[in-house]
Amino acid sequence: MKKKLISTLLCVSMVATMLVGCGDKGDTPANDGNTDTTDDAGDDAEAGDDADAADDQGGSASAEGGKVYYLNFKPESDDTWQQIAAEYTELTGTEVKVVTAASGQYEATLTSEIVKEDAPTLFQINGPVGYNNWKDYCMDLKDTDYYSWLLDKSLAIEGEDGGVYGIPYVVEGYGIIYNQAIMDKYFATEGAKAASMDEINNFAKLKEVVEDMTAKKDELEIEGVFASTSLLPGEDWRWQTHLANLPVYYELKDKDVTDIDELEFTYADNYKNIFDLYINNSCSAPGTLTTMDVTSSMAEFALGQVAMVQNGNWGWGQINDVAGNTVTESDVKFLPIYTGVDGEENQGLCVGTENFYCVNSKASEADQAATIAFLEWLYSSAEGKNHVTNDLGFIAPFNTFEDSEKPTDPLAQEVLRYMEDSSKTSVSWNFTIFPSQSFKDDFGFALGDYCNGSKTWDDVVETVKTRWAEEKAATTAE
Amino acid sequence: MQKTLKKYFLVFILPTLLAFSMAFIIPFILGVYLSFCEFTTVDNGKFNGIQNYINAFASGSGFLSSLGFTVKFVIVAIVLINVLAFGLALLLTKKIKGTNVFRTVFFMPNLIGGIVLGYTWQQMLNSVLLQHGTNLLAKSTYGYWGLILLMNWQMIGYMMIIYIAGLQNVPTDLLEAARIDGATNTQTLFKVTIPMVMPSITICTFLTLSNSFKLYDQNLALTAGAPSHQTEMVALNIVNTFYGRTGYSGVGQAKAVIFFILVAGVGLMQLLFTRKREVDQ
Repeated sequence: MKKKLISTLLCVSMVATMLVGCGDKGDTPANDGNTDTTDDAGDDAEAGDDADAADDQGGSASAEGGKVYYLNFKPESDDTWQQIAAEYTELTGTEVKVVTAASGQYEATLTSEIVKEDAPTLFQINGPVGYNNWKDYCMDLKDTDYYSWLLDKSLAIEGEDGGVYGIPYVVEGYGIIYNQAIMDKYFATEGAKAASMDEINNFAKLKEVVEDMTAKKDELEIEGVFASTSLLPGEDWRWQTHLANLPVYYELKDKDVTDIDELEFTYADNYKNIFDLYINNSCSAPGTLTTMDVTSSMAEFALGQVAMVQNGNWGWGQINDVAGNTVTESDVKFLPIYTGVDGEENQGLCVGTENFYCVNSKASEADQAATIAFLEWLYSSAEGKNHVTNDLGFIAPFNTFEDSEKPTDPLAQEVLRYMEDSSKTSVSWNFTIFPSQSFKDDFGFALGDYCNGSKTWDDVVETVKTRWAEEKAATTAE
Repeated sequence: MQKTLKKYFLVFILPTLLAFSMAFIIPFILGVYLSFCEFTTVDNGKFNGIQNYINAFASGSGFLSSLGFTVKFVIVAIVLINVLAFGLALLLTKKIKGTNVFRTVFFMPNLIGGIVLGYTWQQMLNSVLLQHGTNLLAKSTYGYWGLILLMNWQMIGYMMIIYIAGLQNVPTDLLEAARIDGATNTQTLFKVTIPMVMPSITICTFLTLSNSFKLYDQNLALTAGAPSHQTEMVALNIVNTFYGRTGYSGVGQAKAVIFFILVAGVGLMQLLFTRKREVDQ
């Protein structure tokens, strides 16, 4: 009997500890709310005062009490962010936590993280479409210094009420990256179609040169002119998003609008021009492209197997870090993506952003203040700016950065060179208005089928047009 | 004893019950509720009736075509996996040298995660197909048979172990009696062995059925639905709906609920069907 009693007691105490353990966690953050209900009715006024006092304290001490939790989008810079977080905590005592979402999992991670008690106070969205999804969680940043430093205010995301809900933190550019050493070798060959890169300023010339290079690829010791056009699902964003930006940019420009419900894809032939050039003068046969990923095509470029690859300035790390890299820093240059549009001689790189910081509107005021303080430190103090330009390699669109404080990697330098060249017009990033991920995926699928020969080009154009209209209708119907 | 058990019933069941409701019941109820809402996160759902269910079946949502593909896959996978696993189990219960080594080797693939398997097989199949100037994503039939191959490779070992356990439990006196009565090997197999291992068959068909229906990782890693969603299974379609478009998480949720009812229904029917054939020893 005694034994039984003891074992029962043990069981009960075990369960009890478990319950207490669970209860604790739930209780603490909800403390404020509980105060009124647990106190006697008579104490209500007092309790209210207490809560107010606590709030005031939190407000005045702002950064002191608050915490920062940043959900990072760029896996390649996770180490840098951890370092920045540690440094800031040491400097100010504010706790900074940085979590990095796995590649392609940002939305999913954010969806689950943001409902937790300890939700991210700082996260990012990818443009107006992303804002539509997350507007309940974005705080108005109009009155912050951080916004006032933004060079081009039109880049920020404004809500319908005129508030500023997303602030771009980096400007990026993309185009065709080429290897100057291989090009020089080509220019020195007999019967070269051009004598220098300056002559290549439209699609016709580019095509002539590229096709001649393909003919001479043994002499140039390359496997192809272009790196593989990676079309593995999930690895196709360079084509269905970045390259697709050009025809959309020109169509919107012709129609003088910023968004469109039904894309006519009037520049489809131009897209085909450059896409065919890529896949037919590549180191991989068109039928193998749906097995290729971005990393391997960047590696092909880094190893000197190909002369050109389409990507942006963020790709420098991928080129530089490849073991056995044969490309020297001074040989890595950008060429705008020419597609055969009239007047494209003046076209520059595609420059824009799809990375906007948002501060969680549901976080406590102290946390919000701490988060904004953290951002302002990062983008205005000497140490912070050093991290931004040199460690993260960002071209920061803020007036707190001097000319001497720009990134030094060759691709970022090239982006800046094109931006400063007044004879060139940068192509803005319009893929932020692409209707949805489904649209992009289907575009990518269609391109893959086109390369595998199971779809004609007309099918691809049809897919783009119908899917654009369907997705726009589905996402704006409400 | 019986009385005390009843008295402390709650105390003993409580920890499990709590864990079960936290990890399963509450999320499930929340999930069903959210399928009637438009939401971004689980906190901010706005009720919108059965609109999600209507959208789930709208043309272009791909739900029905992915369901068709899944059913085609499930039927072939169940038959192949179970026949092959049973065959292997029969072989490995004969007195062959190194039976244990074989059992371990066949079981190994089951210990590898689906994503890893998917990418590994993608590389292997592609290296073969590229020799013939094509690749895994060029045609949906390649992806289909690739998935079947992968699932067989992964699941056969596991099912084999269950069948081996079943076969070892077939009473030897029955087999002996059959032999004395002059039954041929085939007759013994179909009239004695198979009826005796019916419980194992029930378990194995159920496991293969539900695992093949709910297949996600392998599908994502191997083809991710290419070409053009033709190899997209239901689970992948649900995830794509969830994240593919702004404001469509509710539709994904609705599809998930429909899918749950479907899998539960088919699974129960299968259990009833095979249970009836089980014999008592």
